[in-house]
Amino acid sequence: MEMRSKEFKSRAVYYIHDGALQKAMGMLRDGFVAKRTQQAAELPEFEALREEAKNLKNHILDHLDHYLTRYEAAVKASGGHVHWARDAAEAREIILGICRRVHAKTVTKGKSMVSEEIGLNEALIENGMDVVETDLGEYIIQLADEPPSHIIAPAVHKTKDQVSDLFEEAHGTERKTTVPDLVNEARQVLREKYFRADVGITGGNYLVAETGSSVIVTNEGNGDLTQTLAKVHIVTSGIERVVPRLDDVTLFLRLLARSATGQETETYTTFSTGPRRADDKDGPEEYHVVLVDNGRSKMLGGRFREMLRCIRCGACMNHCPVYGSVGGHAYGWVYPGPMGSVLTPLIKGLDNAYDLPNACTLNGRCGSVCPVKIPLPDLLRELRHMQHRQKITPAIQRHALTAWRFAATRPKLYHFGEKVAARLLALAGRRKGRLRKLPLAAGWTDARDLPAPAGKTFLEQWQKQRGGQ
Amino acid sequence: MSTARDEILGAIRGALGRGQLDDVTRAKLDAVEHAHIRPAFEGDLVERFVRKFESRAGTVTRVAKLSDVPKAVEAHRAQWHLPKRAAVGAALHKLKWAAGWEIHFDAAGIEETLSVSLAVCGIAETGSLLFASGPESPITHNFVPDDQVAVLPVEHIVKWFENAWPILRQREDGMPRATNIVSGPSRTADVEQTVQLGAHGPRRVHVVLVG
Repeated sequence: MEMRSKEFKSRAVYYIHDGALQKAMGMLRDGFVAKRTQQAAELPEFEALREEAKNLKNHILDHLDHYLTRYEAAVKASGGHVHWARDAAEAREIILGICRRVHAKTVTKGKSMVSEEIGLNEALIENGMDVVETDLGEYIIQLADEPPSHIIAPAVHKTKDQVSDLFEEAHGTERKTTVPDLVNEARQVLREKYFRADVGITGGNYLVAETGSSVIVTNEGNGDLTQTLAKVHIVTSGIERVVPRLDDVTLFLRLLARSATGQETETYTTFSTGPRRADDKDGPEEYHVVLVDNGRSKMLGGRFREMLRCIRCGACMNHCPVYGSVGGHAYGWVYPGPMGSVLTPLIKGLDNAYDLPNACTLNGRCGSVCPVKIPLPDLLRELRHMQHRQKITPAIQRHALTAWRFAATRPKLYHFGEKVAARLLALAGRRKGRLRKLPLAAGWTDARDLPAPAGKTFLEQWQKQRGGQ
Repeated sequence: MSTARDEILGAIRGALGRGQLDDVTRAKLDAVEHAHIRPAFEGDLVERFVRKFESRAGTVTRVAKLSDVPKAVEAHRAQWHLPKRAAVGAALHKLKWAAGWEIHFDAAGIEETLSVSLAVCGIAETGSLLFASGPESPITHNFVPDDQVAVLPVEHIVKWFENAWPILRQREDGMPRATNIVSGPSRTADVEQTVQLGAHGPRRVHVVLVG
């Protein structure tokens, strides 16, 4: 998909004024966030599980080559095929190659963020295939010709009325206005597609080295119909998603549903191991896994290794005030919110996503809810450092920061500056008790007034009070 | 030989600052069985299974013996006005059906309305059913029909997920093509976060507990 992260600022302004989006984002706060809080509170082991999941992920990443090769051997032993893709283009070619070989006309898809990352749909459509997203949220945004705005709730930005409009136009049926009628209409339309599909593509939440299984976790059952009824099942997954044993899947399952949708479990957890067996009555004839690197091995070597622990639950964006205000499309690529603000610059280039690590208040909520304890605020701050060092940060900001550092590392000078500023601001605001304009800070004062300071600095008052005790 | 494979593995090893692990280290890694924290809970497993399964919009009924299953299926059929036709897992081929029932053991087709399947086990932790695919238990039975009746002998209810994995490991032919863990009917919240049952899979999942 087209990369539009450079337009973050203008897109953010646009979405803040989008009434339908603001209505939809309000529901997000009441939904996922409240339900996650409740689920975490009901499981006394929740915090201990987070720590354990972090440690296990670190162990896996330290031995990633071993677990990947063991997984590969197990997939082959069960009759499946493993393909390795260095980048998005190579992954697309591998999948296109399989589709062409089996003369695929209809390709159904379960939800897969990796397939969004590699721009798969466009490539399949350009090659004449009918591509059908089957997750209801993905189906809605496919009809709207939009990218997902959330990694687990791709159509979270759409209101029911908008869905009604989209279905009426696409299906040519009487307009449905209730949630049950809308869901039922999609059910009927997509049912035909599952049975007609030549190739079914899904993601892979976990790849189990012990058994060679790929795992998907869904509520709708669309991924299962996709991968069961097509002749060929293709799994797209990042190389970091491997886990050693079935027992290790359990650990992540206990965290994933609670963190993602605030449920104790999702409805369906499915392990797929190889193609259908000789006497089976259903299931795909071929089973392929495409392991995608696309920047991940590079991440493993640097300061951002911790990002590879991510299990794609979406809790960070659900709890992010910036995401909650602007929605996922403002971020301009497939991964939004805090995790996206780390991943997008790393995968697509620091200078292609300058605003993303900066569109953060460093309030720390994302890190505090992350089920695998990724220090997202630290990683975002590290990206800012890198932008500064590589001179991607605008010159005026860099010079201002350099000047500030000069003063901040000289306490006497800094306190003197503070005293002067506090007295000047108090003087300027003495009549109304607030300041309507500040030099160099119009961006802040345009939207609100600054309360005038008391005339003395905090340190002066503190020392005076302490001296009096 | 796959260049991409070697390059990716090489890049991983480079990032980790080491070469390929030797066989001894690899064997040691394979021998590690990470034991993880399990949610503590007490009490009767059957009671918990039923409570959890019902909390996710599933329904449960109890019968004394396996031969009572067709009667329980008939009651569910009558309640939801379904036709007297079912795709039944061949593992349940010995069940005797009343006159007028059309029973088959094939995969479920697009018009299938009802299936009857034997679960491998029930997991009390979350109130989940585990199905293993095979000639006697087609995958489509779990996803295509509007209604699924799952047959679960009470002695097959285990406490945690961890108690289910050995059952899979001990199978003669290893992991099946599909292992489906099902926790109630299909659902979606993709329209305005409103939970709606029957998104793509069964609209109703009815458990018949045997014993």
